[in-house]
Amino acid sequence: MINKLKIADRTFDSRLFLGTGKFGSPEDMEEAIKVSETQMVTVALKRIDMETNTDEILDRIPADRIQLLPNTSGARTANEAVLAAKLAQEAMETNWIKLEIHPDPKYLLPDPIETLRACEELAKEGFVVLPYIHADPVLCKRLEDAGTAAVMPLGSPIGSNQGLKTIDFLEIIIEQSSVPVIIDAGIGAPSDAAKAMELGADAVLVNTAIATAVYPAEAARAFALSVIAGRIAYESGLRKSMAQATPSSPLTHFLNQPYGHE
Amino acid sequence: MSRSFRDIFEQYDWDQIQRRIAETTSTDVLSALAKKKRQLTDFLALLSPAAKPFLEQMAYLSQNLTQQRFGKNIQLYAPLYLSNECQNICTYCGFSMDNKIRRRTLSDAEILLEARALRTMGFQHVLLVSGEANHTVNTPYFLNALQLIAPIFPQLSIEVQPLETDDYKALHEAKVNAVLVYQETYHREVYKNYHPKGKKSNFHYRLDTPDRIGRAGIHKIGLGVLLGLEDWRVDSFFNALHIDYLQRTYWKTKYAVSFPRLRPAEGVAPPNFSMDDADLLQLICAYRLWNPDLELSLSTREHAIFRDHVIPLGITSMSAASKTNPGGYVVEPTSLEQFEISDERPVAAIVDRIRQLGYQPVWKDWHPQFAGN
Repeated sequence: MINKLKIADRTFDSRLFLGTGKFGSPEDMEEAIKVSETQMVTVALKRIDMETNTDEILDRIPADRIQLLPNTSGARTANEAVLAAKLAQEAMETNWIKLEIHPDPKYLLPDPIETLRACEELAKEGFVVLPYIHADPVLCKRLEDAGTAAVMPLGSPIGSNQGLKTIDFLEIIIEQSSVPVIIDAGIGAPSDAAKAMELGADAVLVNTAIATAVYPAEAARAFALSVIAGRIAYESGLRKSMAQATPSSPLTHFLNQPYGHE
Repeated sequence: MSRSFRDIFEQYDWDQIQRRIAETTSTDVLSALAKKKRQLTDFLALLSPAAKPFLEQMAYLSQNLTQQRFGKNIQLYAPLYLSNECQNICTYCGFSMDNKIRRRTLSDAEILLEARALRTMGFQHVLLVSGEANHTVNTPYFLNALQLIAPIFPQLSIEVQPLETDDYKALHEAKVNAVLVYQETYHREVYKNYHPKGKKSNFHYRLDTPDRIGRAGIHKIGLGVLLGLEDWRVDSFFNALHIDYLQRTYWKTKYAVSFPRLRPAEGVAPPNFSMDDADLLQLICAYRLWNPDLELSLSTREHAIFRDHVIPLGITSMSAASKTNPGGYVVEPTSLEQFEISDERPVAAIVDRIRQLGYQPVWKDWHPQFAGN
């Protein structure tokens, strides 16, 4: 039995969060969400049909057991993101917001300055803010000061499936953080997710690797299992691997010998 | 004077690029294929005749890169032609000033009729299109049209005559997401022959246009060449060179490429340079392999069979059920079109086909709140 994750006032049994983009069909997305047993999914405001009361993405997410996490993807500045958060709050009836401010449309790398500004403003207004950021330990502490509910550092660029390229900095973030750390981008294989969890990440968010798999639901199942395994390993107090074997103590053996006894 | 693409363009010579493409070897192609990140020289190799035997491999790589970056999604949009008035002579275009056709510029009521018809068909993204008639169909006219249809469509793009930076700023504030402008050809002399009269005959003013759009902060710029006016390989190299420069300079902007292949139109001579289906697929894949995050768009100029086959090979956006005449949807369906539509299927048939191929049709991928702030 693994510990529950708490973010703001909500507890989660599952430590795997899903994105809803890139699926070949809404049915594939629905099935992946179901199989993964996730309890939080992120949805881009820009993809939501705000005019009508039906939306092919939202209609397939069971709101009773899943926390909707609207995201501000498409915003290039703090102002745009704050406006988007308010529209999302209205459209999806939640004060949770995944702050995504990536002015660079090429690698979708997050703008730390605008993200911090938007987080300050939204947290003040009572939003539960989960910001997507670079694996920058100082920025994480600054966001904590600003009232963030969690931090979401990237493992590698969004959609790149490159795994945990930022691992050394993720370890520092996990070590220092007083809010949950969710590894957000670049997780390409269940082994990457397991690794992140073994490091002590509180959760991972996966989208591209599941959505673009040949069988998305099967991929979702593999990620769900790997997240559980990684978390159990972390909680089990798994020993760190050592660079070399440690022999019985030839260097310090003398400490156990009384003086004058040769 | 700030830097512009012209500074880079002047350093390249058309004939030299043409020679380099012709001299490309299969070794160059293999090297380009093996790379993780590809440069413009790799793009040049991949669009060369030497890459033809590797088309299957290119298509495979293109499919993978596109699915990874864009997912199994195809964005849908429709053009809304506002006007066919035009003071340019473009020898290949149905709206050319010297063509004796009835001219029409949509009134407010007509714009709304057309817009509502498109919305009923399911579209949430429209591309406003016009000829170039600067006295009547100008920025105030566009701003009025945008204001009329903004409540109907969340995603607005525009493809009209080149404008000034301030005009583009005004469009940005009016929530325009993307501006499309095609150089048609990067061959200066040939450009003059195809565009003998009108403001469009100024090659350099057109060449500088994407810089003006970029400076105005528009979120997306669409570029392209009219495939068939000149050697499509050389023209496409220059188009990529242009994108490469723009992407470095206006780094917050997204870029899209369209593939208008010349098709017969009334009063127009057949294209000088032919491009067959394999050529067009090669070009699509070359763009994708060079630049994984480019949006690649294919219009209804292309045949339904070709369109269906390239959906999973690199394309990210498509028009559907298009009419290329002002009023073509409901106001005056029988008027003359700018160019002949090849894929005439209704929207529902295209959407079904996309789904059958395992892709999700996307009607909206933008929020107007993101523009003009």
